[in-house]
Amino acid sequence: MIRKEMIAMLLAGGQGSRLGILTADMAKPAVSYGGKYRIIDFPLSNCINSGVDTVGVLTQYQPLRLNTHIGIGIPWDLDRNIGGVSILPPYEKSDNAEWYTGTANAIYQNLKFIEHYNPEYVLILGGDHIYKMDYEILLDFHKSNKADITLATYPVAWEDASRFGLVITDENKKVIDFEEKPAKPRSNLASMGIYIFTWKVLKDALIKLKDQPGCDFGMHVIPYCHNNGASVYAFEYNGYWKDVGTLSAYWESNMELIDLVPDFNLYEEFWKIYTKSDVSTAQYLGEHAVLSRSIVGEGTEIYGSVYNSVIGPEVVIEEGAVVSDSIVMQGTHIGKNSKINKAIIAERAVVGSNCELGVGEEVENKEHPNIYCNGLVTLGEKTVIPDGVHIGKNTVISGITTHEDYTNNWLAGGESLRKAGEDA
Amino acid sequence: MRAIGIVLAGGNASRMKELTNKRAVAAMPLAGSYRAVDFALSSLANSKVQKVAVLTQYNSRSLNEHMSSSKWWDFGRKQGGLYVFTPTITVDNSFWYRGTADSIYQNIDFLKNSHEPYVVITSGDIIYKLDFNKVLEKHIENKADITVVCKRLGKCADTSRYGIITTDPDGRITSFDEKPNGAEDEPLVSAGIYVVRRRQLIEMLERANEEERYDLVRDIIIRFKDVKKIYAFEHTEYWRNIASVMDYYDANMDFLKPDIRDYFFRQYPDVYSKVDDLPPAKYNAGADVRNSLIASGTIVNGRVENSIIFKQVYIGNNCTIRNSIVLNGVHIGDNSYIENCIIESRDTIMPNSNYSGEPGKPRIVLERSDRYSI
Repeated sequence: MIRKEMIAMLLAGGQGSRLGILTADMAKPAVSYGGKYRIIDFPLSNCINSGVDTVGVLTQYQPLRLNTHIGIGIPWDLDRNIGGVSILPPYEKSDNAEWYTGTANAIYQNLKFIEHYNPEYVLILGGDHIYKMDYEILLDFHKSNKADITLATYPVAWEDASRFGLVITDENKKVIDFEEKPAKPRSNLASMGIYIFTWKVLKDALIKLKDQPGCDFGMHVIPYCHNNGASVYAFEYNGYWKDVGTLSAYWESNMELIDLVPDFNLYEEFWKIYTKSDVSTAQYLGEHAVLSRSIVGEGTEIYGSVYNSVIGPEVVIEEGAVVSDSIVMQGTHIGKNSKINKAIIAERAVVGSNCELGVGEEVENKEHPNIYCNGLVTLGEKTVIPDGVHIGKNTVISGITTHEDYTNNWLAGGESLRKAGEDA
Repeated sequence: MRAIGIVLAGGNASRMKELTNKRAVAAMPLAGSYRAVDFALSSLANSKVQKVAVLTQYNSRSLNEHMSSSKWWDFGRKQGGLYVFTPTITVDNSFWYRGTADSIYQNIDFLKNSHEPYVVITSGDIIYKLDFNKVLEKHIENKADITVVCKRLGKCADTSRYGIITTDPDGRITSFDEKPNGAEDEPLVSAGIYVVRRRQLIEMLERANEEERYDLVRDIIIRFKDVKKIYAFEHTEYWRNIASVMDYYDANMDFLKPDIRDYFFRQYPDVYSKVDDLPPAKYNAGADVRNSLIASGTIVNGRVENSIIFKQVYIGNNCTIRNSIVLNGVHIGDNSYIENCIIESRDTIMPNSNYSGEPGKPRIVLERSDRYSI
């Protein structure tokens, strides 16, 4: 008989549109992070480190990169005889065929998957945060309170509290009320989007709410349960927790890794973060290489200078090139004497020689001022930039660009340049 | 592929000095992220050999740990697998492996119970990439009994530790002198890789055992040279044997050359190794690294020049590491100076230390101390 105390359902279907060009061809959880990881590695590693060995990954938006990354779960030891990792895309049923319309709807559509494992508890996770968390402690908290639902919460600064969905509790951490982005916050405990449900309670609620359009945990399921007398508790998490939902937050969070002793330490033996990596060779630093305050992935070759940057695996930075305050992802090539300032360069891009990225004054991006901001230059996957081009701040470029795409080899700040890539 | 693989990884080498106190030569770390045996195992995997036995004897703890999963080389399939054979006491045998031939003979059931018609035998102490299908093709074309993979060495090579081979114009081996003294211009030496028909090998091993002969080269290849058809196959790409401290040092330093890095790191097929799930290497302010290989999990605060730094090494502030090899998990305290050294794995170098070897004669540094993983 199959029985699992707790299984995890990881919601990985969202686009993450505020990451702009980075999520053009992949879901947000598949975006690279910290020189060798992808965002989804954090919840997956947390699962296996917490002893949760059965994980359903719900995918919908651009799942291909996630599929190849996860495979059968070998890097996380999630290749199991019973359980392990399963990828759960939406599927056609005998009477209807629909997309996942909301977070809870996605779980509802996979009710049979959960039933198969006969769990007592179900852990609901998102795929857009960087953190290390022991879900077993969360489960112990849930059990000791005899709770029906436990929400993981994170204390935020009071002045920021009005930007979050907040949880108001009594002295026993029992939830009394919820507030969504209130003007005058009564609490500073923000919901992290991580929940433990006693399976019976969740199952009943999902079935009751099955016709609710866009059924969502935060908006429908938890209020429904709460209003119907379920006991809901809030667990306060005090470790490192970082939302990487916007390009600026994503850039900042990467940059925190290069601090002398970062808040989020990847160098501890305990609570390792696992990932699938295609390369494991050592990195080579050339005769004239300069590196300071940076982390560098495997198999990378550096002949130029790198300051305050996160460099992924298999990157080549040629002689005379200077990369500062930037994130350079796997397989990217930076040509000779090019200067890269405060840029996010996605995988397998090619920057020619004598280019300069991030020059001039900050000008607001014309198309998406809320996405491409803080002076960042963002290059999509497999972007090609020809030799000698200068690019202003708050810009975005994707596809194979040639000299014809630039006026006098110049792309002004705030501009967006999108061309078809080689796959188009 | 129609062959099974045997990796000879039992050896100690006195010329490796203290470096093999801790491990067999086949488990020696190489190029920042590999161990010597990875090259043989990857070549077998990439040649689609599915069933591989690794024969170990001398201090195999480190080697066994490295091969704790066969996943890394994609063995461990239902059809085939990775087997590690150490000497065991049986009804009719209670000896250690008395030689390379004996090590295979003691596991002759592995040969008898396989159905593949050929056997690839390779040393685990050599660095190379080779498609065994090409060797086998040639083996069949020559109607050979044994094919010996050979490598032509450069001038002035020290030939005293190799088997020197001469062939007739068709490639059939006419002489095989083991470890001769006289040097020769550009000698053709045995690369420690053989292809042989499985039944033929069983027959020869059984005969050798009856006669109490135990060495693969002396008692099988040299002995049967004139009665069996033994051919040479010349390997023209990179090949190096690790038998001495200097070999080991040079082999690592070879990876600082762009063409060799390109050959092993970038060109198809890849060399696989155990995955360690280490974070990216970190360079703090004060790091100054030139012409060096740095493996993942390493934190650099000081100067590194012309060196190979393995995994999870910590280099303190104001250190200078020059022309050296620093093995896995070493902690180097602040203000240390290290030149022409090989620092043994998991050493702790106290702050303000000074270790220097001679150019061409690297010093092996052993600083035992107990540190616990955090």
